[in-house]
Amino acid sequence: MDITRRRLLLLLPAAAVAWKYVQAGTPETAPNYKMTEHWWAMLIDIPKCIGCGSCVRACAEENDVPEGYYRTWIERYHVADWRIERPDVESPDGGKQGFPPSEIGGKNFFVPKLCNHCAESPCTQVCPVGATFVTPDGVVLVDKSYCLGCRYCVQACPYGCRFINPKTNTAEKCSLCYHRITKGLTTACCEVCPTGARQLADLKNPKDPIHEFLRTHTVQVLKPHMATGAKVFYNGMDGSVR
Amino acid sequence: MQIPVEGFMYPNEVELQWSILIVLYPFITGLVAGAFILASLERVFRVEAVKPTYRLALLTALAFLLVAPLPLQLHLGHPERSLEMYLTPHRSSAMAMFGFVYLWYLMAVLLLEIWLDYRRDIVVKSQTTTGVTRLIYRVLTLGSSNISERSLHIDERLGYFITVIGIPSAFLLHGYVGFIFGSVKANPWWSSPLMPIVFIFSAMVSGIAVVMLLYMISTRLRRREIDICCLDKIAQYLFYIFVIDFSLEMLDLLQRIYEADESFRSLDFMVHTRLWTSQVIVQIVCGTVTPIVLLGLTQILSLTDTVRKRIYALAGCLTVIGIFAMRWNVVIGGQLFSKSFLGYTTYKMAFATREGLLTAITLLILPFIFLLVLVKLLPPWPDAGPVPASGASPAHGTS
Repeated sequence: MDITRRRLLLLLPAAAVAWKYVQAGTPETAPNYKMTEHWWAMLIDIPKCIGCGSCVRACAEENDVPEGYYRTWIERYHVADWRIERPDVESPDGGKQGFPPSEIGGKNFFVPKLCNHCAESPCTQVCPVGATFVTPDGVVLVDKSYCLGCRYCVQACPYGCRFINPKTNTAEKCSLCYHRITKGLTTACCEVCPTGARQLADLKNPKDPIHEFLRTHTVQVLKPHMATGAKVFYNGMDGSVR
Repeated sequence: MQIPVEGFMYPNEVELQWSILIVLYPFITGLVAGAFILASLERVFRVEAVKPTYRLALLTALAFLLVAPLPLQLHLGHPERSLEMYLTPHRSSAMAMFGFVYLWYLMAVLLLEIWLDYRRDIVVKSQTTTGVTRLIYRVLTLGSSNISERSLHIDERLGYFITVIGIPSAFLLHGYVGFIFGSVKANPWWSSPLMPIVFIFSAMVSGIAVVMLLYMISTRLRRREIDICCLDKIAQYLFYIFVIDFSLEMLDLLQRIYEADESFRSLDFMVHTRLWTSQVIVQIVCGTVTPIVLLGLTQILSLTDTVRKRIYALAGCLTVIGIFAMRWNVVIGGQLFSKSFLGYTTYKMAFATREGLLTAITLLILPFIFLLVLVKLLPPWPDAGPVPASGASPAHGTS
């Protein structure tokens, strides 16, 4: 096709309009993904976590998480003796830059935290407009174009996983990298974890190694008395973990 | 702005989500419900002594109800989307359903009751005034200018019926506000089946106290004599309901102390430190025990009218302050501790911001401005009824 001056003048405005969308990134399609065939969860292997903070940094970068807010974070627990009801816990900047060496003796361990993608999630229950919802494949998401920013969901989450994004004034939380997992990728945090302490799991996939792991290990969820149907499973979790 | 934290908070918990505006929301809604309950004493339970406050109570309820959604609206991250709550409500959400409870109460109960009660006056004024005032009253008649005896009798019957529906509606309105907090299982400070009940009784207490104070102030401003029998009766009801309210709150406290579940140590520490002034000093000592004792004294001692009036005024003011402190302690107190029960944060109130102190003060003044307009438009005073137009029959309770 010959590009005449006239044709170029016609094409330029169209290209200018299109460029905005090219820059924003065209949503990729996932033609072979069937939501009803998956039920997503995550396994956290606490003894494997070294508290390096790679997951927190990767999450922040992948999801454009604002400074001072966390879709995922790491806590360091220190339990000196029998007082497991009163552990010393810290999470400086959500563990993003790792942790300084611990000076105190006793038991120290790291606990990565993220949205538990509860099957009976209190946050979706309380949302006044249904802007937050559980997808058919078991991921709790927020539609930021619909969220009122009433913050009821932030109050209702027992795990402190939600916050209000100061840029959008809407509720935000871990999306389990939904844009990635629906394309056959793993989450950003799992991808960068150097020790494999985080594993994305598909509970509907009989071949997923999670099933074997759950059968053979002592696994817990956070705050089971809340009966939220949490789907982030913790291996080797100490009784002091909140 | 660095927020002081003590112990460990989950990183996203440090910033408080619900500000002073959300403190105003249950406070204002409570005044609405309480004022209406006081009005219903005369209408439904035929407590003739409180008749001088009947219309004032209704107008007070309306003035506060009109302001009730404003703090919520100002608090939203996207206020422009708030109508979605009505258009696409999420049925499992307590907050979404509150919108309908509010609308029901405003449209089906309060506005209708006030209109029916004032209809005769409105029609008479639309015939006896001139200019813009006449136009306003003509609009308010909603095209219904029949004030025959039969028509007024229907108004009376219908008004009674609406008040009967209005009582459970007022309970529903504020009980529901309590439910919004009480149903949050993640927060042990809020999560209690007693919360809606405590909210209802505290609403009655605050609403009755505010109407009592407004009656005293307005009567004085109008240079009329305060009906001491009316005041005595209101104070008597205030005393009884306050005793029930306080007992319920103490029951809740006792239950928490005795159970001492995993959250108790954290909550107990909070009450003894961050909430000591607002909860123990302001709410319990000054805002609850003192007015109960003062009102109790008026019940057992033979005091002069002047002394009783002064005691009622003092007790009323302390009551309103105490109930405000209660709302503060529920809303703000419920966010000061970590859900890990290992740490505490601080509430830093801004001044001239959307959710700051200045906005809160404005929102607290606004209902009184609305009330002033309503009182000018629809005088609630028993001695201020319009002169009946020729052919019009005198209506109930207006002269």
